[in-house]
Amino acid sequence: MLKFECPYCHCGVDETELVPGGEAHIRREGPGADDEAFEKYLFLRENPVGVHFERWRHAFGCGKWFHVARCTQTMEVFGTYPAQTLEPPRPIQKAVNSRRAG
Amino acid sequence: MQRYSAFSLFSEALRGHTGWERAWRSPEPGGFYDIIIVGAGGHGLATAYYLAKNHAARSIAVLEKGWLGGGNTGRNTTIIRSNYLQDDSAAIYEKARSLYESLSQELNLNLMFSPRGVMMLAQTHHEARGYIRIANANQYQGIETEYIPPSRVKELCPIISIDGPRYPILGALWQPRGGTARHDAVAWGYARACCSLGVDIIENCEVTGINRDAGGVTGVTTTKGDIGCKKLGIVVAGHSGKLASMAGFRLPIESVALQALVSEPVKPCLDVVVMANTVHGYISQSDKGELVIGGGADGYNNYTQRGSFLHIEETVRALVETFPIISRLRMLRQWGGIVDMTGDRSPILSKTPVPGIFVNCGWGTGGFKSIPGSGWAMAELITLGEPGHLAAPFGLERFREGRFIDESVAAGVAH
Ligand SMILES: Cc1cc2nc3c(=O)[nH]c(=O)nc-3n(C[C@H](O)[C@H](O)[C@H](O)COP(=O)(O)OP(=O)(O)OC[C@H]3O[C@@H](n4cnc5c(N)ncnc54)[C@H](O)[C@@H]3O)c2cc1C
Ligand SMILES: [Zn+2]
Repeated sequence: MLKFECPYCHCGVDETELVPGGEAHIRREGPGADDEAFEKYLFLRENPVGVHFERWRHAFGCGKWFHVARCTQTMEVFGTYPAQTLEPPRPIQKAVNSRRAG
Repeated sequence: MQRYSAFSLFSEALRGHTGWERAWRSPEPGGFYDIIIVGAGGHGLATAYYLAKNHAARSIAVLEKGWLGGGNTGRNTTIIRSNYLQDDSAAIYEKARSLYESLSQELNLNLMFSPRGVMMLAQTHHEARGYIRIANANQYQGIETEYIPPSRVKELCPIISIDGPRYPILGALWQPRGGTARHDAVAWGYARACCSLGVDIIENCEVTGINRDAGGVTGVTTTKGDIGCKKLGIVVAGHSGKLASMAGFRLPIESVALQALVSEPVKPCLDVVVMANTVHGYISQSDKGELVIGGGADGYNNYTQRGSFLHIEETVRALVETFPIISRLRMLRQWGGIVDMTGDRSPILSKTPVPGIFVNCGWGTGGFKSIPGSGWAMAELITLGEPGHLAAPFGLERFREGRFIDESVAAGVAH
């Protein structure tokens, strides 16, 4: 069972309370973007064996979207952070790097 | 290669089974092959087999990081059906199903193909309308299916509760020629047949890099050294994204866990396959008497081959409601496989941005049934360098062009 801390409610939440939302930090293409840009935005995914930055919604709680840094191979969770950001914040990046050196 | 027959079984019995050969050779890799297939699951082995058999290719290696058939091919619930809505899907799945009918004879191994019939329950009005539409489409496609009323459902499957409180059964899509087969035997059968056609199957040989120059692919780096090739087929299901990144491109694929479980063995009580897609559960009974059970896939990226308890509970709950008689059965084993989900939930059989590299993936939760048809189409694609009519609709370019294969029945539920 996955367990995260909701960065809004500041409490531990179980997978049963959450809905997964896929890869985070995907930038939406504007009008006028070409087919390739839209293919990338809609379908191409990193799908890494390792650290994955992803979206989750605290559906049966506050209802807000937030982000999680998690390893897809060990299920280790590096931290959670609010969704209003274009890239993982420094403390999260540091937590990932300290556990995944090189 | 030694042939299996009633006579060989009898004569081996007389001499204490001391004369059996290995089922397939276990060679060391050569330095160069015309064609390398990565992944000895059903799809990779079938591809190699039809390359050798239909297209007379002679220099082929299949590289497998673990043991043959140890991926999803050995982890699925073995349902075979071809009752899809779209002509493109119906064509390749029906090709596969019809090849399964005589595959035991062709591969000289008993695959225990059992066309016992597959029933997909309609438990909402929306689902009922969807299945009636599929039954009509299947008529035009020449695929034998029928939409049946609840009374017929009960007749075919007496242990089912047709008037459950939450989701009463309104009808079902019935494919009498669907069924199951023994999944390991499918991998073993193709491996044996490949071997007798001269294909090298190399187990415990992980591909760790893909080598290319300006002209395209030149070979692979593996845990058993570098191996050169002219053409490369990537057929690794959940690990497709990893192999694509070695070759320098990305795929519209996410890897998630799908689980299955089996109960303790009981006397025969269910002689059809029943799928309940609204409540996410499906069930059949194995020859040993175990109920083979599967459900929905997890919604998040995962490479651990373990899934969430959440989905096991959901699946079991749904099935107990549909089959109250099983409520006190104990479960014996549970396991997971990493399935490769595409954006439109349909597979990919395609050329790639790198000349000489072809991919076969995205079968997701439902690619056991398609193994023979997929191998057939992939062999054609690799040989000609262009897809034939079975593979053509499944090219990678469809995601850029917005030309999806809208197969809603394949969405997210295992089958
Ligand atoms: C629980 C479960 C239930 C299912 N139920 C059904 C069902 O009822 N009906 C149905 O039709 N389908 C079902 N499926 C789906 C079906 O199992 C798959 O679609 C199908 O088996 C995929 O076959 P494959 O040959 O593509 O992949 P796999 O059998 O997974 O083979 C891929 C192989 O590639 C190897 N590999 C990976 N990376 C490397 C590397 N770097 N180097 C070398 N080798 C590598 C792996 O070790 C593996 O052996 C189910 C799947 C699961 C998990
Ligand atoms: Zn919250």
